[in-house]
Amino acid sequence: MSSEVATNSVDLNQLEKESYFKSIAKRLVKNKLAVIGLIIIAIQTLLAVFAEFITVYDPAEQALTKQELPVGSERHWLGTDNLGRDMWSRIVHGARISILVGIGAVGLGLVGGVLLGMIAGYYRRLDNLIMRMMDLLFAFPGILLAMLVITILGTSLVNVVIAISIWSIPVCARIVRGSVLSAKKEEYILAQKSLGSSHLRIMFKHILPNITAPIIVFATMRMATAILSTSALSFLGLGAQPPTPEWGAMIAAGQDYMWTSPHMTVVPGIAIMLVVFAFNVVGDGLRDALDPNMDLNQ
Amino acid sequence: MAGLILRRFIQMFFLLIGISIIVFLSMHLAPGDPARIIGGPTATDSDIQPLVVQYWNYITNVFQGDLGYSFQSGQSVNEAIATRFPNTLNLAIASIIVAIVVGVTAGTISALKQNSWLDVFTTTGALAGISIPNFWLGTLLILLFAVNLQWLPAGGLSAPFWTVTGMKELILPAITLGTGAAALIARMTRSSMLEVVRSDFVRTARAKGVRERVIIGIHCMRNAMIPVITVIGMNFGFLLGGTIIVEQVFAINGVGRLMIDSIADRDFPMVQGSVLLVASLFVVVNLIVDIIYIFIDPRISID
Repeated sequence: MSSEVATNSVDLNQLEKESYFKSIAKRLVKNKLAVIGLIIIAIQTLLAVFAEFITVYDPAEQALTKQELPVGSERHWLGTDNLGRDMWSRIVHGARISILVGIGAVGLGLVGGVLLGMIAGYYRRLDNLIMRMMDLLFAFPGILLAMLVITILGTSLVNVVIAISIWSIPVCARIVRGSVLSAKKEEYILAQKSLGSSHLRIMFKHILPNITAPIIVFATMRMATAILSTSALSFLGLGAQPPTPEWGAMIAAGQDYMWTSPHMTVVPGIAIMLVVFAFNVVGDGLRDALDPNMDLNQ
Repeated sequence: MAGLILRRFIQMFFLLIGISIIVFLSMHLAPGDPARIIGGPTATDSDIQPLVVQYWNYITNVFQGDLGYSFQSGQSVNEAIATRFPNTLNLAIASIIVAIVVGVTAGTISALKQNSWLDVFTTTGALAGISIPNFWLGTLLILLFAVNLQWLPAGGLSAPFWTVTGMKELILPAITLGTGAAALIARMTRSSMLEVVRSDFVRTARAKGVRERVIIGIHCMRNAMIPVITVIGMNFGFLLGGTIIVEQVFAINGVGRLMIDSIADRDFPMVQGSVLLVASLFVVVNLIVDIIYIFIDPRISID
């Protein structure tokens, strides 16, 4: 009898979990823009993973007999650039860079932001110190903070990832701190405390799983910012260096050929815009699906 | 209210000191210690003052209005910034005007005509506006209006903004920089307006027979603008950051361009001075927004 009850309760738990994720997925799928966004992200991911298989040419391979071929050329459907490099190949490999940079920058920012935000929200004594430090980082316009970090570390794509992750930390820490503050008041936390659970256990096993919604939304939206900022910094010459097929760097290189080969500028720009748009609308959709009343500005 | 404003001022002071420390330390953490560069190859360790002393000297100079001298040209940083800053400020102000006019108008129309094609067009347009890289938008605008149609100049900011040439020069960069902010302002205005037009006092005003134009223009606007002002204030700060990119696209001789050139040259005093200026301005603008906010919504001071 007792085992039957136990099985039933497991089933119920399973059911509840499923229906929670299902209901989120259902609400997300109802949002047409979010679906379009998800499709774009899926395509980008596929291009990034299978880049070698979908492209014929190496993105850095120059062909000086085929310079500046227009869009729709034979064997180069997106044309070639001023050095005769295949644009399709460069865009596809650029998709890989953009997604990796986004994941790297957001991932690092999350680690720092979640840790600091959890500590600030959980230990009241450290709250003031940590949050004032975050305020200080907030006092810089993001791109400026990134540039400051690049001044210290030097210009490279990896340093851009670090710079953007540092810029993400205070934003993430604020969101996490706010969520921890409200989660801390819940009864199950009190129960854990009276059971004698360690602080670390309470923080990471009980609070963290309950504040994932705002973190997921933040991470999705931040992917858009990270991808956009990486391309901006590379455009300025502070990020990816030639011949890396980074979209922002490609636009910068295309600027000198705007009169003769506008596709060198237009094509990578469309790529950036589509991907950033996708992460923005999916982030918007997730926010509505996870909790319509959630306030990200807390 | 006065106490609250005073507290914000004190906070701002400490924030500015914090910024100056971060900026100063970043320059010293970068490879190639500035003190050693100035000291030259013959300088020994005993010639280099400790970092704290260097910072103290630097900050006392800054308070006396001296930002140092360029490593590259020997030019005074004050002078370099003074000649370029008006361009940056003009660009930032012009683009915030574009952003407010376009954003508030689009957001209001979108809210009043909810679910119409105009609403769909505006909300989708706003999403596109947030997602478009401004350096790319600028390039496309140059391609269309300067190269193909030849209506506007492709770059530079040589004439004062009150002249026709000056205004023409400002149009494309201001649109480029203002688009993202306009999109954010439109989204905020729309959601804020939607909330306000459904509130009880609007219904009461309608029942009293107040004209629709007065209801929307006065009653709704004032209440809906409270969150919008925060977005505008925050964006003005971000626009200051954005000028760095747009100045590069339109070859405008501003502080942002100075900053990028100086980073490339590792000209630390120039980077230090320009970053300090932009970050301080950002903090001051945020303080002004906070104060405006207190005046518009007196409930804040009670809280």
